Amino acid sequence: MNTAVDFLLWVKGPAFDVALVVFIIGIFIRLFEILLLGRRPDLAEAKGSEFSSGMRTVFTRTLPERGSLKRSPFTVIGGYIWHIGFLIVLFFFIPHIELLHATLGIKWPGLSNHLVDAVAVITLVTLLAMLIDRLTHPVKRFLSGPEDYLVWLVTFLPLLTGYLAYHRLIDPYALVLGLHILSVELLMLVFPFTKLMHAITFLLARWYNGAMAGRRGVQS
Amino acid sequence: MSGATLQRGLNALREQMDAPTAAFFSSCVNCGLCAEACLFYTETGDPKYTPINKLEPMRRVWEQEFTLWGKLKAALGLAKPLTNALLEEWEPLVYDACSLCGRCSMVCPVGNDIAFMIRKAREGFVAAGYAPEGMKGASRRAIEIGSPMGVKYPALAAQIGHIEADTGLTIPVDVEGADYMALLSSMEIMNFPEYIQALARIFKQADLSWTLSSEAFEATNSGIQIGSSDIAKELVGRVVKAAEKLKVKHVISPECGHAYLAIRWEGPNLIGRPFPFRVVHILELLDQLRASGRLKTEGLEESRLTFHDPCQIVRKGGVLDEPRNLLKQVSKNFVEMSDHREMNWCCGGGGGVSANERADELRLKVFARKKSQLDELKVDTLVTACANCRLMLEDGLEEYRMELPVVGLTEMLAEHLVEEANANVE
Amino acid sequence: MADFTNYHKTLGESLRQNGVSRRGFLKFCAATASMMALPPSMVPAIAEALEKARRPSVIWLSFQECTGCTESLTRSHAPTVENLIFEHISLDYHHTLQAAAGEGAEAAREAAMHENHGNYLVVVDGSIPLGDPGYSTIAGISNLDMLQETVAGAAAVIAVGTCAAFGGLPHADPNPTGAVSVSQIVKDKPVMNLPGCPPIPTVISGVLAHFLTFGGLPELDDLGRPMVFYGKSIHDRCYRRPFYDKGLFAETFDDEGARKGWCLYRLGCKGPMTYNACATVKWNQGTSWPVESGHGCLGCSEPDFWDGGGFYNAISIPDSDVAQNLGYGVAAGVAVGAAVGLLNRRKQADAVERHETVTVDDLDKDS
Repeated sequence: MNTAVDFLLWVKGPAFDVALVVFIIGIFIRLFEILLLGRRPDLAEAKGSEFSSGMRTVFTRTLPERGSLKRSPFTVIGGYIWHIGFLIVLFFFIPHIELLHATLGIKWPGLSNHLVDAVAVITLVTLLAMLIDRLTHPVKRFLSGPEDYLVWLVTFLPLLTGYLAYHRLIDPYALVLGLHILSVELLMLVFPFTKLMHAITFLLARWYNGAMAGRRGVQS
Repeated sequence: MSGATLQRGLNALREQMDAPTAAFFSSCVNCGLCAEACLFYTETGDPKYTPINKLEPMRRVWEQEFTLWGKLKAALGLAKPLTNALLEEWEPLVYDACSLCGRCSMVCPVGNDIAFMIRKAREGFVAAGYAPEGMKGASRRAIEIGSPMGVKYPALAAQIGHIEADTGLTIPVDVEGADYMALLSSMEIMNFPEYIQALARIFKQADLSWTLSSEAFEATNSGIQIGSSDIAKELVGRVVKAAEKLKVKHVISPECGHAYLAIRWEGPNLIGRPFPFRVVHILELLDQLRASGRLKTEGLEESRLTFHDPCQIVRKGGVLDEPRNLLKQVSKNFVEMSDHREMNWCCGGGGGVSANERADELRLKVFARKKSQLDELKVDTLVTACANCRLMLEDGLEEYRMELPVVGLTEMLAEHLVEEANANVE
Repeated sequence: MADFTNYHKTLGESLRQNGVSRRGFLKFCAATASMMALPPSMVPAIAEALEKARRPSVIWLSFQECTGCTESLTRSHAPTVENLIFEHISLDYHHTLQAAAGEGAEAAREAAMHENHGNYLVVVDGSIPLGDPGYSTIAGISNLDMLQETVAGAAAVIAVGTCAAFGGLPHADPNPTGAVSVSQIVKDKPVMNLPGCPPIPTVISGVLAHFLTFGGLPELDDLGRPMVFYGKSIHDRCYRRPFYDKGLFAETFDDEGARKGWCLYRLGCKGPMTYNACATVKWNQGTSWPVESGHGCLGCSEPDFWDGGGFYNAISIPDSDVAQNLGYGVAAGVAVGAAVGLLNRRKQADAVERHETVTVDDLDKDS
């Protein structure tokens, strides 16, 4: 391609198609890989209900656990800030709502651009802080490998390039917008094959956890 | 039958794969919050004790054999395989530094049940030959002799004799058609026979039809601790056989954490069929008796006391309210630890750790967590309901030079029994 | 620098002859200077240069075009100074405006090329088909041949309109004629692109004045467009921008937001990615421009704006049929997923079958 507009049109066209299809197929593959393994039936007498306990845990695990908050306030609070910030920017910036409406057919009210911009800045700063923590905190540094850092990068780039595009800090606009969309496509390609899948499988994990505990009469 | 091999271990890990395990591995984001819930990390600061890290061998099998991307990486030679060296390195993490207490499973933000997976991972370790010597010995004694401490029926019979002489009560043995068959842990028989005496007195007062079995009295299951379902099945099978032979309606699991896990939750799954009898923990039974007015006590403990929640009974077993109900019946100054009930901290001795001499130094070190809980409360008495916890607590208190009596709950209740003439006394 | 000393009358003489006062002329020079973002100190230089300017020869080639560019540039309802300037270039060849036709017209073109070799301007509108020369010919000569032959002796080439600058409408998917832009053919002469569909009239008069004054082309961006007119995006100069920033958007063409003049992003405005002067210079001598009239910018001065996702789709919307792709993805995902999942299930089941019971005799490895 020879112009920034060509690049943008490629990114919005065939590249998006590929990314979307890989994303969808990859997610289905991972979900089936998990679900078709099944669970052996439990022959011990149950004390409580699996389904309702599982559903409860799906929601209550979102709340901060007192001990974790006390012992690891940075991880817990930082985690809330950047996740919520990311979701606000993704779902309440009006150009994104247009995109999602075109993809999924549903619409909802958005927030003012100034507010979303501020949230984006907070999220970017928090993500940088989380990276530093991951590199310095003994447990996180010990656990982390190339995948963790790659995942951080593909999460950070859409926010960064989005910020650059919104503020038109790179000329021409078609280039920086193209980079933003490309960074999202990269995220989509990487998503089904990494821990990013937690964004979906956490529902399964929390449910199984709550269900197994609930069966034994404990709310986890 | 060949000995343990890496292949058998690998095969065992494959067998253990199920949807929850795959969901858990898929969801872990390496946030490290599980470490802050595990006393083996909090009291040592060593990141290798991070719960999810203990599962690395099993995680590799999941990734390389049960995910498309992982299979691709393995095919391209980009994956680190499971080796004997890896299992050898991880053995102390999985056995010495984990009591299967399940606290990590309560805090993981994405919902991973890490303790559940460690139990599964042990199946691979034991099949590959990697388990602590102490636990191997316990399993051999349990299978060959009948108890991990090597206690045979004559030893129990002797204890029964003493108790009958002291109390004037009869302890029923091999009574066919009794409602309840009680199990005992070797620890109770050898170290805390007061428990058996307490049972006799309480059941007498409550007019409960019960028995012991001379063929299967051992409740603890070394197979569960070492992580071999095959061994566990053999051991629990003996209990089931005896219970069916005596045609009892209930089996009572004693004050022992893993015994409850073994018979109540794993038992039917190990033998492959539901039990024809119901399993009840002694605390559940006592609470039922209390609620129906059949547990008559008098007097209240004056001392300031607290309850140590045995992990397998409370957090993993669902016996949450019963100890509290019972304690409130016989004490006036009961205070809860700040982390209590299903969030209480492990004593450090469960999951086979106390049977593993190699882990002695570590478990005493991490007892500092329980110590700090007690220091905060400044109690005069520590009550619990698990013989293994009792031993560990006593060891730990001694190590840290703390003067604090440890009492079993059943024993405490028995001390407050109203002694009244019972129409059914022979 | 081009040399115009061979021409008949100077521009100054021509303007005076047409009744333009010195004062009017200087006003025009001042306006041109300011529009070209040149400092006021340059006005005397512009005035002197334009005064003395000889009428340069301009050859206007029209290829695959709609004549809209010519219409735009010559549109005026009263004689304007810009128009006068146009009359004071020597427009030696222009299909729509010339009197001559046929061989006489071609002869005039060739004569101008020969007489002014090295000094004439070539203005092109319309794209050039490479698919088959037969798609567009003039006097039997293909567009490609005519272009190459005509620019050989040119001082500079100006590609007027998006078709000449970037390929425009003929170039749009599926581009049946193989249409290309001027700059894809002309590589050895300075080419300036004045895109727009059509371009703004004052854009060309401004760059022509620059050419006459300085003998060269003004500073161009990386798409060959004069920075002075195409250096800022519509979005950055749009009077509705405060509404964009506040998140107030019209959702249909006749809703309350539309009536209140809110931002047209959601109705497909391509302002953010379009570089042109519409928002400031406007059209029809400053009467209005598309956004002010309530319709989103089409992005007509950008390459491939016809294929850019649809005039009524917001920039953030993907170009393809997302619903269809989602459908294919789900179908393929379920099929592949089921296959891979079943492999997992089988592997686990096989392992169960291969289970060797562990006894207390197997706890150690065979040494």
